[in-house]
Amino acid sequence: MELYIFDGSLEGLLTAVFESYHRKSPVVKLVTEASYIPDVFQSGFQILSDREKGKRVWRGLCKKMGKEWQLRFYKAFLSEQPDVFQHLFNFSRYIIDQPAGATENFAHRDVLAISQTAQKVHREKHRMEAFVRFQKTGDGIYYAHIEPDFDVLPLLPEHFQNRYADQRWIIYDLKRKYGLYYDLEKTEEIELAEAPQMSIVNALPSDVLDPKEQLYTLLWQDYFTSTNIQARKNTRLHVRHVPRRYWKYLSEKQG
Amino acid sequence: MYERIREKLGILADAAKYDVSCSSSGSNRKNENKGIGDAEGTGICHTYTEDGRCVSLLKILLTNHCIYDCAFCVSRRSNDIKRAAFTVEEVVELTMNFYRRNYIEGLFLSSGIFKDADYTMERLVRIVKKLRQEERFNGYIHLKTIPGASDELLREAGMYADRMSINLEMPTETGLKLLAPEKSHAEVKKPLKYIQNSITQFQSEKALIKSVPKFVPAGQSTQIVVGATPESDKEILYTANAFYQRFSLKRVYYSGYIPISHDSRLPVIGSQPPLIRENRLYQADWLMRFYGFKVQEILNDIHPNLEVDVDPKLSWALRNLDQFPVDVNTADYYMILRVPGIGVSSALKIVQARKFGRLYQSHLRKLGIAFGKARHFIRYADSPIQLKDYEAGHIKGLILSESKSKYQKNPHNQLSLF
Repeated sequence: MELYIFDGSLEGLLTAVFESYHRKSPVVKLVTEASYIPDVFQSGFQILSDREKGKRVWRGLCKKMGKEWQLRFYKAFLSEQPDVFQHLFNFSRYIIDQPAGATENFAHRDVLAISQTAQKVHREKHRMEAFVRFQKTGDGIYYAHIEPDFDVLPLLPEHFQNRYADQRWIIYDLKRKYGLYYDLEKTEEIELAEAPQMSIVNALPSDVLDPKEQLYTLLWQDYFTSTNIQARKNTRLHVRHVPRRYWKYLSEKQG
Repeated sequence: MYERIREKLGILADAAKYDVSCSSSGSNRKNENKGIGDAEGTGICHTYTEDGRCVSLLKILLTNHCIYDCAFCVSRRSNDIKRAAFTVEEVVELTMNFYRRNYIEGLFLSSGIFKDADYTMERLVRIVKKLRQEERFNGYIHLKTIPGASDELLREAGMYADRMSINLEMPTETGLKLLAPEKSHAEVKKPLKYIQNSITQFQSEKALIKSVPKFVPAGQSTQIVVGATPESDKEILYTANAFYQRFSLKRVYYSGYIPISHDSRLPVIGSQPPLIRENRLYQADWLMRFYGFKVQEILNDIHPNLEVDVDPKLSWALRNLDQFPVDVNTADYYMILRVPGIGVSSALKIVQARKFGRLYQSHLRKLGIAFGKARHFIRYADSPIQLKDYEAGHIKGLILSESKSKYQKNPHNQLSLF
């Protein structure tokens, strides 16, 4: 078994797949630089991320997987889970070595792992599409911040810019310290010099908000209360759908 | 200064909440005019109420003034409650401001009948027209069809709405007549049919001419109140099935009756709504729509009601043990779909994965099926040799003793003594 050390990037991961064929390594253990602890008995092979090599592997994979699986691959990568890199690596080699259609082999452990991890990331993306609560600022920008379990921000622009095409908005990931800004034309990644803290009640201080913002927060809280049917109260079901860790985003849970 | 609008929203959201439809999916309205909103694809539940129901749309009545006196309805004429009415502008403002903040997927607009059907329908149409044309709103709009409104108004409404619905309320005509003598199922069927025909007409025109506008792209739905009148589950599900077939409905919703009246014809205030029954009806509805079951297989004269302690799929399997065990490595997809504990997505995975090799217990467990339940009904590569056939009652007992049902032996509304 050979030990490969890579930089944790998607490009690096795909380069590692390339090198494993180039070096004819039958079995590879893949670790990131961040998690690598030097070992007396085994020296690692350092992967140098290489755009061209990465692209060649990706093109090879795309020949064997449809659009849906390409997205799954990327979603699984965004999960930041410790064992996902190894699964992606094994998966890539398996798909390249097999005839097309091997992605349907859900009994294969790496295929199943990628499919399940991608599903988790997809769910988190979907939750963000649901739980983002914009606040309108005095200068007309709709602002929201989030702390998603996985790095789902790169998956969000399409959804939000299709929907909010005529308003400027920012969605900021406080945990990973970057955000998305849509300026009516395009969505770009931004970093705020001084990112706001995740506060329990309103995300932004009231002096930067639009004067009507308070009214709509209030009306939304009222609506949330009025639309509930007391006789059907079912806290377990409520919490299953809206896990407690997301409550901090939700203005209706602050009333 | 906000008091008036807050009070109105309180009254008119409260009165609208007994309509349980929350769907915001199935439309295909894209944001193509760089306006606001997008109702393409799957719906989104933006939050859930404390009773665990999805909040996807701003669900309100235009007004809760009503000329009718239906015993099961909180807005009935004779009920002594506060009345209110939104203006057209207020509804538009609320919808737009909620939508822009990502609170909702769109608007669910219903209304009590004031003056007459056309007058009410005309107001509803005015609101959705303003949203679409002036605000360039492409979010989801679910609009109530007012029984008795003219065809012209329905046709105009259909040009702006994504979904339209009209409620049967009681599962049978007799039940409806008992509680709402002024109403009938016939007046529900007429507009359902009219809109269904218009949808078909628009679709066939669209096949020829691409620029034909959308007409109710997310189809129609209805709601049946459960437990207000003494119908059996069979009567409820057969009605639902007939409406699915005759009017190509997208959904039938089942709403467990919440007692809101001292009327002696109805369950008393404070009695528990039939939540388990409602849940079982939805499960049976899913079996009809996604699992290839015929309604007669689920309920018939020998079994007129759904069981409370097991779900309808398990109940069917226990009554039809001669069809099992099913070999997951060879059986037809539709037969695998009938195994208790295997859902649509795991059934698909099974038929895909078995092309690559025989499936063992360990594969099945990882694929995400409810193995504990399914194992009584399947064979797989390493299934243990079974020496005798178990009886239905025995299997049921095993499954119940191993599972932690959400409906435990004591209903959760029942107080424990200690």
